Amino acid sequence: MTKLPAQFSDWFATRGWSIHDHQQQMLDKADAAALLLIAPTGGGKTLAGFLPSLIDLAAAPRQGLHTIYISPLKALAADIKRNLSTPVTEMGLPVRIEDRTGDTSSSRKRRQRADPPHILLTTPESLALLISYEDAPRIFAGLQRIVIDEIHALADSKRGDQLMLAVARLNALCPTARRIGLSATVDDPKAIAQFLTRSSDSCHILNADPGPKPDIAMLDIAAPPPWAGGGAAYAIQAVLEQIAQHKTTLIFHNTRAQAEIFFHKLWLANAQSLPIGIHHGSLDRVQRDRVEAAMVRGELRAIVCTGSLDLGIDWGNVDLVVQIGAPKNVKRLVQRIGRANHSYNTPSKALLVPANRFEVVECLIALRAVESHSLDGEARGRGPLDVLCQHILIIACAGPFDPDTLFEQTRQTGAYHDLTRDEFDACLDFCATGGYALRAYDRWQRLMIDPDGRYRLRDPRSAARIRMNIGTIQDTDTLKVRLQRNRGGKPLGEIEEGFAATLSKGDTFLIGGQVVRYEGLREMTVEVSRQANKTPKIATFMGTKFATSTQLSAGILRYFERNDWTDLPRHTAEWLSLQQRVSRLPQADKLLIETFAHEGREYLCAYGFAGRNAQQTLGLLLTKRMEELGQNPLGFVATDYATLVWGLTTVTDPAALFERQALEHGFEDWLSGNAVMKRTFRASATIAGLIERNLPGQRTSGRQATFSSDILYDTLLKYDPDHLLLAITRTEAMRGLIDFERLREMTQRIAGHIDHIRLPRISPLAAPLLLEAGRVPIAGAAQERLVAEAAARLMEAAGLTT
Amino acid sequence: MKARNAQGKLQKTLTGGVPIALAGASLIALGSGALWWPAKSMLCVSDLHLGKSERYARAGGATLPPYQTQGTLLKLESDLDAYPASTVICLGDSFDHPQAPSELAKDDRLWINRLQAGRDWIWIEGNHDPGPLDIGGSHRTTLSVHPLFFQHIAAPDHNGDIMGGEVSGHYHPKARLKTAARTVSRACFLLDRQRLILPAYGTYTGGLHSNHSQLQALMGAGAVAVLTGKTPQIIPMPRSGTDR
Repeated sequence: MTKLPAQFSDWFATRGWSIHDHQQQMLDKADAAALLLIAPTGGGKTLAGFLPSLIDLAAAPRQGLHTIYISPLKALAADIKRNLSTPVTEMGLPVRIEDRTGDTSSSRKRRQRADPPHILLTTPESLALLISYEDAPRIFAGLQRIVIDEIHALADSKRGDQLMLAVARLNALCPTARRIGLSATVDDPKAIAQFLTRSSDSCHILNADPGPKPDIAMLDIAAPPPWAGGGAAYAIQAVLEQIAQHKTTLIFHNTRAQAEIFFHKLWLANAQSLPIGIHHGSLDRVQRDRVEAAMVRGELRAIVCTGSLDLGIDWGNVDLVVQIGAPKNVKRLVQRIGRANHSYNTPSKALLVPANRFEVVECLIALRAVESHSLDGEARGRGPLDVLCQHILIIACAGPFDPDTLFEQTRQTGAYHDLTRDEFDACLDFCATGGYALRAYDRWQRLMIDPDGRYRLRDPRSAARIRMNIGTIQDTDTLKVRLQRNRGGKPLGEIEEGFAATLSKGDTFLIGGQVVRYEGLREMTVEVSRQANKTPKIATFMGTKFATSTQLSAGILRYFERNDWTDLPRHTAEWLSLQQRVSRLPQADKLLIETFAHEGREYLCAYGFAGRNAQQTLGLLLTKRMEELGQNPLGFVATDYATLVWGLTTVTDPAALFERQALEHGFEDWLSGNAVMKRTFRASATIAGLIERNLPGQRTSGRQATFSSDILYDTLLKYDPDHLLLAITRTEAMRGLIDFERLREMTQRIAGHIDHIRLPRISPLAAPLLLEAGRVPIAGAAQERLVAEAAARLMEAAGLTT
Repeated sequence: MKARNAQGKLQKTLTGGVPIALAGASLIALGSGALWWPAKSMLCVSDLHLGKSERYARAGGATLPPYQTQGTLLKLESDLDAYPASTVICLGDSFDHPQAPSELAKDDRLWINRLQAGRDWIWIEGNHDPGPLDIGGSHRTTLSVHPLFFQHIAAPDHNGDIMGGEVSGHYHPKARLKTAARTVSRACFLLDRQRLILPAYGTYTGGLHSNHSQLQALMGAGAVAVLTGKTPQIIPMPRSGTDR
């Protein structure tokens, strides 16, 4: 056992602390090449991660970078800096700690490169930028420890893949640097360990005491939830009462739009004027900082928020977490619950508020899963190649590189351990020449090969462009929203460009909880004025929509079989009974399909329970088949449990649409032409460096760009269907937005059993789908017909003839 | 080389057309974005922007798919198959920069020669491709074919009675149409009593919405837009909405 040096144990004693078991174990294993700590929030996890570094630096003061710390949030890096400063100052340790994020000034960044601190706190993107500099070997010389915080959150995303490639680069520069991962409770620690560890090393996993079980329940509300919708307006009064009864409440929402609406309604009903704030990713940074600061000072009783507060600063005084809407995923629910009560020995308290009756069922299943500790996890895929392409370009920025060495380094990274040389070479070729079947660009390739076989940038100007486009986070094209200049020009946040395009002068929408009036567009900024007295149009935000996990979906279908719903609130039990009476309940081994007419359109609803993305794919496949069969589909919408298609023609034999071979056969053809693929392509092409979002001297928006990604996609599809980026797009779509795996799982589960019911009107289960956002239009024959009709009407109205 | 071999098999898409009239000339606005003048057997296309991706790559940017020229020429070839013009007018910005013609791949240059065979071919200069170009055909700054007058950029003070109907390009106009189900946005022709503005015909080109102030100022009252696409549609020129 490594004994805590006196200086440290004294300091612990003055604070009245004793070292936690897992902190001691971290010390004991300090020399392990890789170490993963799984601990609940509030368990002194961060100090556990830094203790070996502090002890090392106290024992042997030195110059230069000793430890690099990476967290997924800028705010977390800044917070850790504050928290670590306390022991360092109080013990008088010779340790300099600095953070470096997108918010750090450029002069400070330059100084950090010349004279790195002992401990540098940063984010994956800032680290990627650091390794792209020619002087990276000097900056990182002597690095001992690499600490990755909230690694469970990073392991789920491309940011994590990019980070681990950068860490592989660090280990190439400093082979002895050790890796430390800090994680919240996860379903599969081994997978995180593999993600963290060099392929040739092994990883020690330490499990801290998980603490007491959370106190979690569905919020008891007198009024029943609505049949449909996601706003949970019916719960406003009950949530206000809870806020009043607790010190500080975090109110989580699944989407930004819902958070905005809920916040707005909360204030309308807030008779006691309880101080309540809002926090989400589309709000202006200044606004978010203000809310966070007020929270730290303990001035807020509640914050309405989204995933933007899933991670982050420990607010010790949060004593209640409210989740509005079904949690979709048990693991994330558990992590959100952990945001309450960041002291180690009290249970976290959480309340679930289903937004509609279907979500009541989902919440019930989720509650049971939390109780039985059965977390859900989807297997992590292979390392994505678009991220590798960006990494190759980053490495090229730092100087000439040897491809064989880079290939070996890449394979040392967990997610890329089975990368083939062919795959690597394809990425390298893409970076060097574009990788096109038609080699027309030899004159203008991006990388060139030196006589010794090393690759280098052809044009040094590229380095600046590549650095400007580092990162894997895809923001949708957004426009800034400001109050009109003569009223101070205060920035409010951002809205999606597509939404902005639908606004005309005088339209109103919600942002940051206030109703504003659209005044006009000046350059890339939406100008608005305050408008308190109008019902708003609602701002749309893309946000990430998570699919309900396989485990939760299966749980719901199992629950439907029971025919005994006494443990559900009466309103929901009655709703299910009603569905059973007028139609049927979905079953795991059959596919329920309802068709009905509603307000002049023909509808088809398929209850696949395959999760939002797979249901969306099903929608695309179905509408394609319908288009082929002349059934005039107009569009569809997908939720986690069903797909609703509408069109101009009655579908009499849906089984023909669902024939498995036809579905799978049509897949490849269909795959090429749809909007989801184009969206996926856009993201991958941006990450891989084909589309540059930021150009020297300007920040372009997607729409201002001189050519759209759709045109590039169509061109590649037509002339170069085997191109690397199309292959990447297919892979990404299969596991991401397309989720064909879950669709296949569904078709196997139902084994051809289709239950078609023709209804005289919409069914209780189908009704909510009509109100879902995210409708996907189909650009087929029906659209051409509608365009012609609309054009004729306009010409006639204008008194024009052709 | 695969794409090149596949070239013969690539589908040429045929689009329909909308009859329009300018200064007494009967014209057809094709869904492809080309203008067909049956009486003179003339086909007019604008803003091909050949060579745009090369310029992009040369500035140290990404290497875009090198199929832009093929895509544009294939479209032009299918239009010429359907409308065997005796004269082709390329209405400026045919090339993205003055060096672009000499940088054309040999096969693409031959392809252009093949399209030019047996017909008059007129390159009108644009702001991207001023001055003499290294490619066959006649080169003009403007062209007058009674009762029409062709130039790359519309003249704000153009007077239709003296000069004849003006046909121009340059702005890459597009327009939105709200249908019963959704709003679609398409490249379009803009037409009023004295002026016609063509959409961009090239593959890698962006666009300017019809409600942009510059287009608003150019087009008179009663202007219409012909939306390109499989079935081109004529609508009143959309003039309100977001100014972009």
